[in-house]
Amino acid sequence: MSDTSTRSWKQRFLEASPLRLTAYAMIIGFVLGGVVICATSPVVLNSWRHIFSSGTGIFSALKVSFDHVGAAYRAMFTGSVLSPQLFWHSMTSGHGWDQTMTPLSETLTYATPLLICSIGVGIAFQTGIFNIGANGQAILGGIAGTAVGSMIHCPAVVHVPLTLVAGILGGVIGGLVPGLLKAYAGAHEVIVTLMLNYVINAFLAYVLLSTALQQPGQSNGLSRTIDSSATLAPIFGTASGLRVSYGIFVAVAVVFFALWLLDRSSLGFEFRITGANPHAARASGINPKFVVVTAFAVSSGLAGLAGVVQMQSTTHYIDSGYLIGSAGIGFTAITVALLGRLRPMGIVWGSLLFAALGVGGRSMQAATGIPLDLATIIQSIVVLFVASPVLIQEIFRVRANAQAVQLATKGWSA
Amino acid sequence: MRIELRGVTKRFGTFTANDSIDLVVEPGQIHCLLGENGAGKSTLMNVLFGLLNADEGEILINGEAVSFANSGEAVRRGIGMVHQHFMLVPVFSVAENVVLGFEPTKSFNRLDRRAAAESIRSLSTKYGLDVDPDAIVEELPIGLQQRVEILKALSHDAELLILDEPTAVLTPQEIEALMAIMRSLAADGKSILFITHKLKEVRAVADVITVIRQGKVIDSVSPTASEGELAALMVGRDVHLTVEKEAAVVGDDVLELRDVVVRDDRGVAVVNGVNLTVRAGEIVALAGVQGNGQTELAEAIAGLRRVESGTITLRGRNISNLSPREILDDGLGHVPEDRQRDGLVLSMSIADNLVLNTPRRAPFARRGTRNLRAVQENATTLVERFDVRTRSIDATAGSLSGGNQQKVIVARELSRPLSCFMASQPTRGLDVGSIEYVHRQIVSQRNEGLGVLIISSELDEVVALGDRIAVMFQGRITGIVDPSASRETLGLLMAGATESANV
Repeated sequence: MSDTSTRSWKQRFLEASPLRLTAYAMIIGFVLGGVVICATSPVVLNSWRHIFSSGTGIFSALKVSFDHVGAAYRAMFTGSVLSPQLFWHSMTSGHGWDQTMTPLSETLTYATPLLICSIGVGIAFQTGIFNIGANGQAILGGIAGTAVGSMIHCPAVVHVPLTLVAGILGGVIGGLVPGLLKAYAGAHEVIVTLMLNYVINAFLAYVLLSTALQQPGQSNGLSRTIDSSATLAPIFGTASGLRVSYGIFVAVAVVFFALWLLDRSSLGFEFRITGANPHAARASGINPKFVVVTAFAVSSGLAGLAGVVQMQSTTHYIDSGYLIGSAGIGFTAITVALLGRLRPMGIVWGSLLFAALGVGGRSMQAATGIPLDLATIIQSIVVLFVASPVLIQEIFRVRANAQAVQLATKGWSA
Repeated sequence: MRIELRGVTKRFGTFTANDSIDLVVEPGQIHCLLGENGAGKSTLMNVLFGLLNADEGEILINGEAVSFANSGEAVRRGIGMVHQHFMLVPVFSVAENVVLGFEPTKSFNRLDRRAAAESIRSLSTKYGLDVDPDAIVEELPIGLQQRVEILKALSHDAELLILDEPTAVLTPQEIEALMAIMRSLAADGKSILFITHKLKEVRAVADVITVIRQGKVIDSVSPTASEGELAALMVGRDVHLTVEKEAAVVGDDVLELRDVVVRDDRGVAVVNGVNLTVRAGEIVALAGVQGNGQTELAEAIAGLRRVESGTITLRGRNISNLSPREILDDGLGHVPEDRQRDGLVLSMSIADNLVLNTPRRAPFARRGTRNLRAVQENATTLVERFDVRTRSIDATAGSLSGGNQQKVIVARELSRPLSCFMASQPTRGLDVGSIEYVHRQIVSQRNEGLGVLIISSELDEVVALGDRIAVMFQGRITGIVDPSASRETLGLLMAGATESANV
């Protein structure tokens, strides 16, 4: 019986009209976020305390609340997408485009590595593999890329691809350990990848203090800066101040690769068969060891690529805080992959949303003093509701997907 | 308890699963609901058990109209249901499973295990449901797990017991035992609604048979009706219960097993020195009570289980312990015993399932990129040729009925170039129409010169299909006989007597 129920859960999760559910989840996220803003703001709370002291008390309290929430979300929007005033100014005067486009550029800059990493995680998920170690693999990619970017000197045409490949290989090394252990020793990948993250964090701290990688003349954990020939340059030039880099084309290429892999390639078909039913996969002549190892290689290669792209397009060096803690895109990637329902296009939107909330949250904090954590709360609520479509259906009385109903009833026999 | 359904109608969108169904079950009656897969039997039972709400019609218990908002209310009104897929906690003991939700307690809410075990023993002895209350459910054979389900229903004072396809998973002996239990329950005044599509069982145990087809009650007949009549009522046309086939034109050996030894998961040698030859143009049927090594033997031939010793030769090439891929590519067609587990990916489309084991082969793929148009064309052709009933080739395999799922697997295997075709329990759980269809396909392949190995625990199937019948008992072939051999002979071989002593 447990078999049937997990299948129906997965079925519903992957197939229930995704766009609609995600839209609803976002609405709920922002509404509940608004409630949190009000409940934590002394000004708003004070206005509600006086609703009975005058006839218009309740209206003024409502107004204060809406103003407050509105200001926060406006700051979030203008900080991550576009400021209408600036946009209008640029349109009419033809100047200041750089400033107008900065929020969008920031969002895309944050979204790029996140997208690449999430697609890697999503491919593993589709194969039935839980790669919790994407963050460690991304760090290894960053380390390998920094090494190649700073130690080898050659023209950009060669150096950029070389650095990207180094990043991929760095990630693959991190992914082959759990992949081979799972395939040949039956080790559970969740435990191995999770634990490897700690090992890799320690390894990062170690290499940053090694003579090979440490910035000369530095005593703390800071790497050499990669050659400018190895960087992913800003598309609009350094003078524009827009950080969005050629890394975005790497991300686009990754999306096309993932679409081909999952929908059009024999390998991806074997991945999906294995993920959906490992027994049938084996009976169909698919070698489970091969699938586990290659899926891990692809997933961790993309994680490594995410790590190196992050380094090449923003900092150009790595330090002891690289992808550590709240900067750990490998963990956010797990959430984004689920939010995007493991599909490449879904993950594109998911990573843009998460990047925008992160970037916008910072602007909101600067403009209104509401802490950045609010963005995290909204992200969490959205994910929570996307992961539980049944709850959404209950709240919005979405007419239940006919297939889901049939499945529930067919469970008994047939 | 007398239960009556009046004009019960249940629709799913535009599809009417139950169309104005009338049904009466008298106390102490074994009432059999007979119908093809997808005829609406399970929907009707889910309505009766409170899992679904009827759109029209009413349910009366002892003349009083009732309605159930959920299954809990149905249980309180004395209705018990044993689902086809059991709802037991595998790691709990029998007693714990039976009392789950209604636990007897001692002081401080401690579970009173002794009282639980005691109540089970008394129920067990009353109805001849022999189960050890302290046994762990997952360690019990399926037949006993089913008894636990029945005990669970009885412990809630069920007066009407719904058994949904209870025999689908049982061995012939277990079916016998279940029927004895059903009779003793009926003798005690319990009403039983027995859902099945197996004609033999119906005639053996039912007091009244109601046939439903496409959501409608077609007829109520007495168990004296012949199997042919019942089958015709079920599918709406005459059905050939025997397979028409000419004498086999036998060719070279295609599959040869020599002293094959295979161990099961616990390391026991459940296949212990099997010798068997399948020749081109013949059907060899491997008979035997389930659990005598047939499953493991089939897995070994398909490369899914290690061959401990001995050789398996396919067209002169030793395939023992080759990978499943190599064996499939060598031309072994394989219909696995558990089609939903090993044969299909239920969440994928029919089209994808039809190329499940040829994902890299031309024309379905070239240099690692799939040719989706070829996949679609292949599906369109096969769905038509093998009469798979579906609204679209893009529908998921899980949306198909059991019979159509099996047709997808058979279609996939027979559409590859094969040298030998092996099918385990090819018609298990299928309705009469689908059985007939699958059998015809197998015979036509054999007529075209394919060597066929059928592994089946259904004696009727073995006799109908086989050109030679090999009987397996405790890991060995006890005899190879002609299909004209008497049932007694087969029965004795299945029970372990050797051929020389009896034929």
